[in-house]
Amino acid sequence: MAGVVGRGLPAMGRPALLLLVMCAAGAQGLYFHIGETEKRCFIEEIPDETMVIGNYRTQMWDKQKEVFLPSTPGLGMHVEVKDPDGKVVLSRQYGSEGRFTFTSHTPGEHQICLHSNSTRMALFAGGKLRVHLDIQVGEHANNYPEIAAKDKLTELQLRARQLLDQVEQIQKEQDYQRYREERFRLTSESTNQRVLWWSIAQTVILILTGIWQMRHLKSFFEAKKLV
Amino acid sequence: MPLPGSAQRWAAAAGSWGCWLLALLLLLVTGPGGASEITFELPDNAKQCFYEDIAQGTKCTLEFQVITGGHYDVDCRLEDPDGKVLYKEMKKQYDSFTFTASKNGTYKFCFSNEFSTFTHKTVYFDFQVGEDPPLFPSENRVSALTQMESACVSIHEALKSVIDYQTHFRLREAQGRSRAEDLNTRVAY
Repeated sequence: MAGVVGRGLPAMGRPALLLLVMCAAGAQGLYFHIGETEKRCFIEEIPDETMVIGNYRTQMWDKQKEVFLPSTPGLGMHVEVKDPDGKVVLSRQYGSEGRFTFTSHTPGEHQICLHSNSTRMALFAGGKLRVHLDIQVGEHANNYPEIAAKDKLTELQLRARQLLDQVEQIQKEQDYQRYREERFRLTSESTNQRVLWWSIAQTVILILTGIWQMRHLKSFFEAKKLV
Repeated sequence: MPLPGSAQRWAAAAGSWGCWLLALLLLLVTGPGGASEITFELPDNAKQCFYEDIAQGTKCTLEFQVITGGHYDVDCRLEDPDGKVLYKEMKKQYDSFTFTASKNGTYKFCFSNEFSTFTHKTVYFDFQVGEDPPLFPSENRVSALTQMESACVSIHEALKSVIDYQTHFRLREAQGRSRAEDLNTRVAY
């Protein structure tokens, strides 16, 4: 403890940070079950230059004890993130517990896919895997206590920083909305064009068919000497 | 501001121990609250369930919305640790359900697309458990907030609701946009 003293705030901050991380790890509340070869995908529709942090933790089902083991080394999860154009942004294998981060460079729907890549497939046999997942986007991804410790901010400064981050996120979302609205407008214009061409084409075909039919009937009647 | 040597030592020690104690308390008593916002694809004839361990007395809100697929409807069901059904709705497009956890345990909520034969649905849900974790988990929070701080807190809450409205608007707009894109491709054939 004596050695820790001379450094003031950062020394106090460090054990607190460690425990906060532990808290965060324990706090991955939401979980779901997946089968061994099953792939689960999640969609995040985000504006560009937005950071996304995902934390996951896996537990394997123990058939004998009928309970989920607290942690299983050797389990792995493959995480794949695709951007709106289908290009792969992140494709990595993580351990049984992992954290992945990516920043979007194009606005739109990003797809985060997880599937297990267990090295102990034999033990798995028909078992299931419990995956705790937590995905934080944009402003929620910021770790404020860490920022406060790093930049040495007072409480008021930290609150102001949080408000600034939130407002920035709102601005980005509004820019994204403008982009989406433009795309929607272009799609509608294109549909309008297509419908117009389609109806013109149909009318022309109808007229041509009508003319052909008249001619055909006329020659038929003339041949039968009715006209 | 710099404190005298021994006071500094004491403060550092107290601060560290305070942090440890608080964190331990947090780990033991309840997990810190938070929200999970997830958008996933539900294939036809499928059912997907999510679970969460909730402590007694925590106020939770489940909100879901169907973004794409068919008639934009899905079955949703929320059960408490004993299997009692707290919320059950069939073919709903959007809903929000608030409840207070009456007992400790694992709460389960499921989305089902079993009534649909060939449409995949994309479902968004937001499950809020308890309050958001506080900005300052350490130090004494017994002192009242100053005017500036409470102004910051109210601005923060207002901005949170702005972000929430933006999310819902984006989801509604995504519905319209995906329909328009489907129409565009269908008209060509």
